[in-house]
Amino acid sequence: MTEEISGDVWDRRVASGLAFLRRRLSGAYEVDEFGFDAELTEGVVHPLLRVLQRDWFRTEIFGGKHIPADGGGLIVGNHSGTVAMDATMLALACHDESDGNRHMRLLGADFVFKLPVLSELARKSGVTLACTPDAERLLSSGELVGVFPEGFKGVGKPFRDRYKLQRFGRGGFVSAALRTGAPIIPAAIVGAEEIYPLIGNIKPLARVLGAPYFPVTPTFPWLGPLGLVPLPSKWLIEFGEPIPTEDMRDQADDPMVVFNLADQVRETIQAMLHALLERRPDPFSQ
Amino acid sequence: MAQDARPQVVLVTGVSRFLGAQIAANLAARPDVHQVIGLDPFPPSTDADLSGVEVVQADLRSAEEIIVDLGVRAVAHLAVISSPDQGRGGRAAMKEQNVIGTMQLLAACQQAPSLRRLVVRSSTAAYGASFRDPAVFTEDTEPREIPRGGYARDILDIEGYVRGFRRRRPDVAATVLRFAPFIGPAAETALLRYLARPAVPTVFGRDPRLQFIHVDDALALIERSVMEDHAGTFNVAGPGTLMLSQAVRRAGRVALPILEPGLTLAAAAGRGIISQDQIDLFVYGRVVDISRLVAEFGFTPRSTPAAFDDFVRTHAAGASLTPQRLAAAEKSFLETIQRVRREVRS
Repeated sequence: MTEEISGDVWDRRVASGLAFLRRRLSGAYEVDEFGFDAELTEGVVHPLLRVLQRDWFRTEIFGGKHIPADGGGLIVGNHSGTVAMDATMLALACHDESDGNRHMRLLGADFVFKLPVLSELARKSGVTLACTPDAERLLSSGELVGVFPEGFKGVGKPFRDRYKLQRFGRGGFVSAALRTGAPIIPAAIVGAEEIYPLIGNIKPLARVLGAPYFPVTPTFPWLGPLGLVPLPSKWLIEFGEPIPTEDMRDQADDPMVVFNLADQVRETIQAMLHALLERRPDPFSQ
Repeated sequence: MAQDARPQVVLVTGVSRFLGAQIAANLAARPDVHQVIGLDPFPPSTDADLSGVEVVQADLRSAEEIIVDLGVRAVAHLAVISSPDQGRGGRAAMKEQNVIGTMQLLAACQQAPSLRRLVVRSSTAAYGASFRDPAVFTEDTEPREIPRGGYARDILDIEGYVRGFRRRRPDVAATVLRFAPFIGPAAETALLRYLARPAVPTVFGRDPRLQFIHVDDALALIERSVMEDHAGTFNVAGPGTLMLSQAVRRAGRVALPILEPGLTLAAAAGRGIISQDQIDLFVYGRVVDISRLVAEFGFTPRSTPAAFDDFVRTHAAGASLTPQRLAAAEKSFLETIQRVRREVRS
């Protein structure tokens, strides 16, 4: 009897897997104007990342209720971890914890779109170039946009500076939110700092490769490809209370307003980080 | 739109090619157009029906006499070539016609007091191709870098001349239509010939976003721009997007990823297999915003996926992975697995 039922489950799984393959091979799916392929993201990318998030990093997620259930919103996070794995984890957390399983559309650095393979994967999973036209277009069409204003200063900072927020650039993200009236949702990510602790940076090599930095971690490049395995740190992700910008639309070009709001967001995230770190005294705890 | 604003004498350039011939024939068939002159340095193709059109086979310099002598009210400049034609002098002749031809034509237009309207065929290649580009181009986006492709550079020159013309003749309503690549059952372009191959070489590690405009929609918009005032520059593309890989799959073809330097070499070797313009498109893709077009013309072209399907229907020969075959393979696979599992269990 039990075998009968499990047989049906497997039949259905095989059938849906084959149907997915057929749709992919015949091109019968939809991609939006940014190149975002929702079917591929939900069917292939998310299941893989979910294993990493749940089983490898044992991630706990708080404040999913702060993600707007509809309409535009700008999610601002702290950036760390030598490679931008925190961005993909934040996007997955947003999808899994938000009302209506909303996709977070990440804004990526230009070098992502310079590289083959990476540029293709990035666009398909919903990343677009971090520039004002793209950010405003996504926000005004009611999408959730994820941004890391620290940029390379955040991802490529040495391990001793972990959980210290870096400078927030020119605050272009604030202007985009103000111009579109989208709320700003601060997000804090704890755990990404320890996956590839950056203890050195070989600058000449970075210059030769045209990369922003060349990382040296306790395992990379010493262990070769094995050094690419992220350390199994314990992750905590928190979405903070949204900061409304609706009634500040006409102030998007006022540099004072923009700087102050950027500072406010930065301090909020820094405070959230400190609070999360107190909940996780041991970076490699269960 | 007052009746007397309709141009009674129209000059169409580029009638040796599909687009120009179609527009000239459609205009000649209208009762409110009295005379259509088709100007082209090359003879029209034999399968075009240009019975109502006065064809003048000469280079665009002779436009001045025609415009002044016949009192031309509207000029549709469609003699813009998107890829070199080896039988017609290759890239050198293409540049000559695109750049020098446009310069001569606009110089002639500038001298013509009777002229009221100018329509110029342009291309979304005007936005160039760079990894720093925004995902969606609006008409105000400036190209980041000088494009590598010859056609894109020609387009920038052509639009530059039109800007100059607009300054000198503000009384003429000048319409610039930036077309996405044309598609349709009857369209014949280098890109479409490329996509109709059984195996389509693509750039390894890149999957560009493509947009197409159905030729019928392009024809309708050009004709309306000739007959009505729609001054300005407009993106013209089917809404929606197809990834190149997706387009290749929908056409039942097989993609053949090749490293970018390999394709660049093939383009440099000439032979018309692939051009630098096409490599740029295949690396960076190109999607444009058409809200200005929709607002001005009150018309939305058929979507890119729909226009592409129309192309696929007429190019079924050469397809290997058709939806029917895939569905049949899926069915037999599923049945085999179910049978094997039943047998294992019993």
